[in-house]
Formats: sequence, structure tokens, C-alpha cells
Amino acid sequence: MSLFDKIKNDIVESHVWKSIFRHGYDDTPRNRVMMVTSNVFLHLHPAKVRRHAVRMRFTWCMGGLTFLMFLITAVTGIYLMFYYRPVAEYAYADMKYLEFDMPFGMLMRNMHRWAAHAMIVFVWLHMFRVFLTGSYKPPREFNWIVGVLLLVLTLLLSFTGYLLPWDQLAIWAVTVGSNMARATPLLGYEGPFADFVGANPIYDARAFLFGGGEIGPHTLLRFYILHCIFIPLVASILMAVHFWRIRRDGFSGPSL
Amino acid sequence: MAEAAREKKLPVDDKVHTWPHLVRMEFLVALFVLVALVLWALMVDAPLEEAANPTRTPNPSKAPWYFLGLQEMLVYFDPWHAGVVLPSLIIVGLMVIPYIDINPRGNGYYCFKDRKWEILTFFLGFHVLWITMIIIGTFFRGPGWNLFWPWQRWDPHKVVALTNVDLPYLVGFRDYWLSAAFSLMAIGAYFVLGMIGFYLFVLKVKGKDFLERWGMVRFTIAGLLLVLMMALPVKMFLRLAFNVKYVLVTPWINI
Repeated sequence: MSLFDKIKNDIVESHVWKSIFRHGYDDTPRNRVMMVTSNVFLHLHPAKVRRHAVRMRFTWCMGGLTFLMFLITAVTGIYLMFYYRPVAEYAYADMKYLEFDMPFGMLMRNMHRWAAHAMIVFVWLHMFRVFLTGSYKPPREFNWIVGVLLLVLTLLLSFTGYLLPWDQLAIWAVTVGSNMARATPLLGYEGPFADFVGANPIYDARAFLFGGGEIGPHTLLRFYILHCIFIPLVASILMAVHFWRIRRDGFSGPSL
Repeated sequence: MAEAAREKKLPVDDKVHTWPHLVRMEFLVALFVLVALVLWALMVDAPLEEAANPTRTPNPSKAPWYFLGLQEMLVYFDPWHAGVVLPSLIIVGLMVIPYIDINPRGNGYYCFKDRKWEILTFFLGFHVLWITMIIIGTFFRGPGWNLFWPWQRWDPHKVVALTNVDLPYLVGFRDYWLSAAFSLMAIGAYFVLGMIGFYLFVLKVKGKDFLERWGMVRFTIAGLLLVLMMALPVKMFLRLAFNVKYVLVTPWINI
């Protein structure tokens, strides 16, 4: 036995190693199952999947890529959070600082933004694919509903993030995007029947969203918290449900 | 002989191990997309304009691109409808799809023939209406939300004649109450005719006993959602062909 093999053997047979990795890398059917079931991340999958469902031309990989985009935005987003203050006086200056002075700041911001856009495209394509293969049909009806909620949350995640650079593009796009809230029937002051409820510019659905009659420092903080904590948290919970139900129901496919 | 052998070999269990078959695929695709994203992020910078200034409104002010379909609908409907009611209906309509599409065919595989009308309806809603509206809003709208070709200079002083009139006025009503009565009847007729048309159409493509299979609730929800979705292209047609501003005008809501 060579020295290398001996050292390797000592490590792999050691108490510490065996407590972390519970089985080897042998290519046996049992080990292939263990690879998935004994790994907290991989066990999002079932141990076995139907042969056709693995093919790319069936899934387009769109659901998985949407999740990948979510992970990328989470990682790059945390990096950005270290340098960004959601305060009207500082936010825009922090963007400049981030772009010009921070190591990899511009790259992280670019990746964050393009991944967010890609996530929306991927989630739409995922929905389109699921529709084409009829994968929402029994027993997966409810998972489609969870998916629609995740689609809405994806849009809201992107929309709340749109305000944070605090530049002209940000506040006017969010102004236009949020104007519909003030037209909400009953609850918006420009909407139908607002008088019956007593909605007014500083007390209606849009003011609730903005934290005031128009976009201001409160809006920035609100959108920041929604963007970084609230919506990702809700989306994560729904994603867990979404993935769990795929795992329980199995990947869709023609009956045998 | 060969036939029998093939029959014997028919897979009882067509499953493969997730590790390595699926995990390998996911890893490679994720790696490829990640590299593509990094290259893209290296080459194209995210936009950052001048600092926010609440006193300077850009013309046009556009929502983020994924909401431009909704903003484009504002041309044809008032904000409470285009911005609140229709988006809510889109979300609810998407959610009820698994419960109104009870066609057992095409569960888990691609097919067009067996669920032609289901796919065409989705295609109309998603591709024709949603995506087209986004493209129009993104590339064909300039200052004042006027129509411009993508290569045309954005002229902020472009003169557009405001020739739109309400539908009752167009057909000759001048009295308020008669106009309102006509409008309500027109909208009522649209829904009644739409539902009858939907009934006759489904009767033709799904067979005589479809109402027994669907049930009244499922039929009504499916029909109403379709008629409401079709209201957008109908209103667009009325606006573009006859310059119709509103179909119904009241002190509270306009449609």
C-alpha cells in the first residue's frame, strides 16, 4: 500500500470523517439511493425519477433554473446589503460607492439585476411548459396554485427591488407601477366608491404601501424590508411546499 | 415473436436513479447558465440614472417591463379595471385552470390534438395578449404614451387628435339616462351572447354531454373568465376601429 493510499485510508476510516459522510462513493443501486436520501439538499428529489422526466426537452429545466436564479439573487443580494443603506439620503450615494469602489460591486449588482430579470422569464416559461405538458392535472392541481402564488411573488420581489437604487428610473417606474393601488375600488382614493369608505390621498391602499401620500423615505424602507426579508421568506416557504409536493406526487408523465 | 419479446420487456418500472441521472443534468445546466450569467453581467451594466428627483417626471414614465402589459391596458380601460380588477382576474383565472380543465388527456406529456382548445386559450391569453402588450408598451410607446415606431424620434410635441367618443354617443344617444340604459344593455348583451356563444362552442367541440361532466359551476366560471378576457381585444377593436372611449359612463365607474 502506497503512502498516499494509507493516508487516504486513515482519513476515510477516521471517526470524524465517518460521522460526516455516512456512506462511500460506490456505484451500487443502494448507494445511489443513499446519495439522495441522506443529503438534506438532494433529498428535495425523490430517490428515483421517471426516465422521460429527466430529459431536458420535457422539462426545459425551467423550474430548476428559476430556483437557481433565486439562489443567485439571494447570494449577490446579501453582498449588496453589506454596502447599501435604505435611507433616502444615502441610498443613491451607496449605489455609486458600490459601483465604483467596492471590489466586485458592479459585477454583483449586474448579476443581481440580470438574474432577477431572468428569473421572471424563466418562471413564465416554466408555467408555459407545465401548461403544455398538462402537469397541473390530478393529483397536482394544488401545486399549480402554489406555483401561481410564487409567480406573483417573483414579480413583487423584482418590483420592490426596482425602487432601491433610488434613481430616476426607480422612483418613476415604481410610481407608475403603484398608481394602480390608488385606483383600487373602495380602498384607493381615485378608485370607484372611495367616498363611501373615506379613502383620501394619505389614507388609502397606496398610502399603506408607500407609508405616505407619495414615494418617500418611508417607501424606501418599506420596499427594502419587503424585498430583503418578507417576500423572500414567504417565497421560501412556498417553494418548500412546491418542491415537497413534486417529490410526493412524482414527476408527471404518461401513465404506464 | 419479436412482438412477444417486446411485450415481455415492457417496463413495469420506468424509473432511473436521481443520482446520477437527474443530479448530473441539473449540475451541468446550472453551471452553464451561471457562466452565461456571469459573462452577461461582465459585459452589460445594470442601468443607473441620475438621483431620484420627485419634481422631475420623465416623459414617458414606464413601469418595469414585466408590468408594461398592465400599463398598456390603461389605454383601453380605467385604472381600477386595468390595474386592479384585470390583474386580480388574471391571477384567479390562472389558479382555477386545474379545476376547470378536467380533460383527462394530456396529463404529463406533450400533445396538441387532444387538448387543442385548452392550449389555444392559454396561447391567446399568455402569448397574444400578455406578451404582445408588453412588447407594444416596451418598444412602441413614447412621450405622452403615444405610438412611435422603435426607429422613430420621440417627439414630445406630437399632435394626436382626441377624437374618441363614448359608445352611446356614437350610436346617437344624447340623453344621459337613455345612454346609460343603452350601455347597460350593451354590456349585458355582451355577457349573455358571450356565454351563449361559449355554450354552443363547447357543445360542438366537447360533445353533447359536456354539461353533465363539467357541472354548472365549472361551466359558468370558465365562460365568465373567457368572456372577461375577450373583453380586452373587443375593447381594443372598438377603440382602434371606431374611436370608442367608454362603453358605459356613470358618475362612479366608466368601462
